[in-house]
Amino acid sequence: MIPASRRIWGLVYRHICLYRRSWPRLLELGYWPTLELLIWGFTAEFVARPQQNSGIALGAALIGGVLLWELALRVQMGVTISFLEEIWSRNLGHIFVSPLRPGELVMALLVVSAMRALVGLTPAVALAAFLYDFNLFSLGMALLLLIAALFLMGWWMALGVVALLFRYGASAEALAWTLAFGVTPIACVFYPVRILPAWLQPIALALPAAHIFSGMRGLLLERHIRWAEIAASFGLNAVWTVLAIMVFAAQFRAARRNGSLISIGE
Amino acid sequence: MGAIEVTRLVKCFGTLRAVDDISFSVPEGATTGLLGGNGAGKTTTISMLLGILVPDSGSITVLGHNMARQRFAALARMNYSSPYVALPMRLTVAENLRVYGNLYNVPDLGRRIRELAEEFMIGALLDRQVGTLSSGQKTRVALAKALINRPALLLLDEPTASLDPDTADYMRGRLEAYRAASGATILLASHNMAEVERLCSAVLMMKQGRIVERGAPQALIDRYGRGDLEAVFLAIARAREGDPQ
Repeated sequence: MIPASRRIWGLVYRHICLYRRSWPRLLELGYWPTLELLIWGFTAEFVARPQQNSGIALGAALIGGVLLWELALRVQMGVTISFLEEIWSRNLGHIFVSPLRPGELVMALLVVSAMRALVGLTPAVALAAFLYDFNLFSLGMALLLLIAALFLMGWWMALGVVALLFRYGASAEALAWTLAFGVTPIACVFYPVRILPAWLQPIALALPAAHIFSGMRGLLLERHIRWAEIAASFGLNAVWTVLAIMVFAAQFRAARRNGSLISIGE
Repeated sequence: MGAIEVTRLVKCFGTLRAVDDISFSVPEGATTGLLGGNGAGKTTTISMLLGILVPDSGSITVLGHNMARQRFAALARMNYSSPYVALPMRLTVAENLRVYGNLYNVPDLGRRIRELAEEFMIGALLDRQVGTLSSGQKTRVALAKALINRPALLLLDEPTASLDPDTADYMRGRLEAYRAASGATILLASHNMAEVERLCSAVLMMKQGRIVERGAPQALIDRYGRGDLEAVFLAIARAREGDPQ
């Protein structure tokens, strides 16, 4: 008769083996607590400072930040999860031997992600209006520019994650869920860039998100369109998109060379 | 020129020479078997023929297209089936066939799906999710998908693995009928030597990344003085380097 402790150890050992061989899984263990601490720590620091704006305006900026940042996250996850769906269903082998070009695969993933993001966020936008009297559309036509910039950011982040999936296969699956969230503290969704430590500010400013949310706060708190911030977000998006395409293309070529395109689902 | 022309193909993974300087030609309209034990290099060779793996050196021409430069032109006229690659389980059979019909730009897709449904007796399965099908039904659907674009070249990896003898026999019959009616070329990787004897007019035997034997099944049986192709396969697989045949 095998003692219960031996059977329990058998299953514990199975999970330890899994973590030993997957650095993304190992990294994820400390990832979320650290991330939550950073986001809410910086937000608390911002709120604790003397404010020129009313609590209501500040609340609106927080809710607007949640909704718009969620859009970028959903767009990114829409691409990567759609790609993972093909891995999980062991269907990539059929797709890659069809006449579908890599660029067409990416375009299809982008379209699906846009559909997913719009369908997924509609209830949240409606609930924000119903529960918190927050009308996202009060941002006016400038909202369209912010949304376009966030779509672009979600897409290039997703291209980067898919490139990592080519490189590391399904073992990098955790990145699909975690990578974009990891950007949140330096995306400055809930607080201005000046709240961050000085050494972190240039990194935050290199991302379109810091400019997009600065633009959003300008609209909500000052009723003023910060055109320079919006222009900066599109400029940075262009640079990051080119970089993401180059990384994606390089990883796809490498996957065809080293055979990981065949074993990507394993 | 053959449907497939392979010249001095080499593929290494680290220090392993998975495919070691092989050359062969597959004639148009013929069914050719690609045989070998596990790790012989069959899957690596097929992956390179399909363009999802880039060779270290050598050249591949498929249906007149150089795979290094014109693989999408070739892929549009090819198709592939393997039990190790699946179709999305939550989609119905009809939805899956529509997905691939669109990927291969099949004209009059609805009619093509009805033809395949009749040919592979999957009409009653069209509205069922693939995940709910038995192994035999899934194989029939996979083969229907492989023929959706009326391919001029069909690459099949173990097409009847895990099928009962009756279903496997039915599938072989459908493959023979398709080749006879369309003049398509078939390259078949299989461990079932009876299947290879029935379907293939020529075989290529691989071992340790090299082609060690080639010819018509009966010619190989005669050359090795064995009763069937399975015995020939065993003789080649178990022979040590330098052994007399």
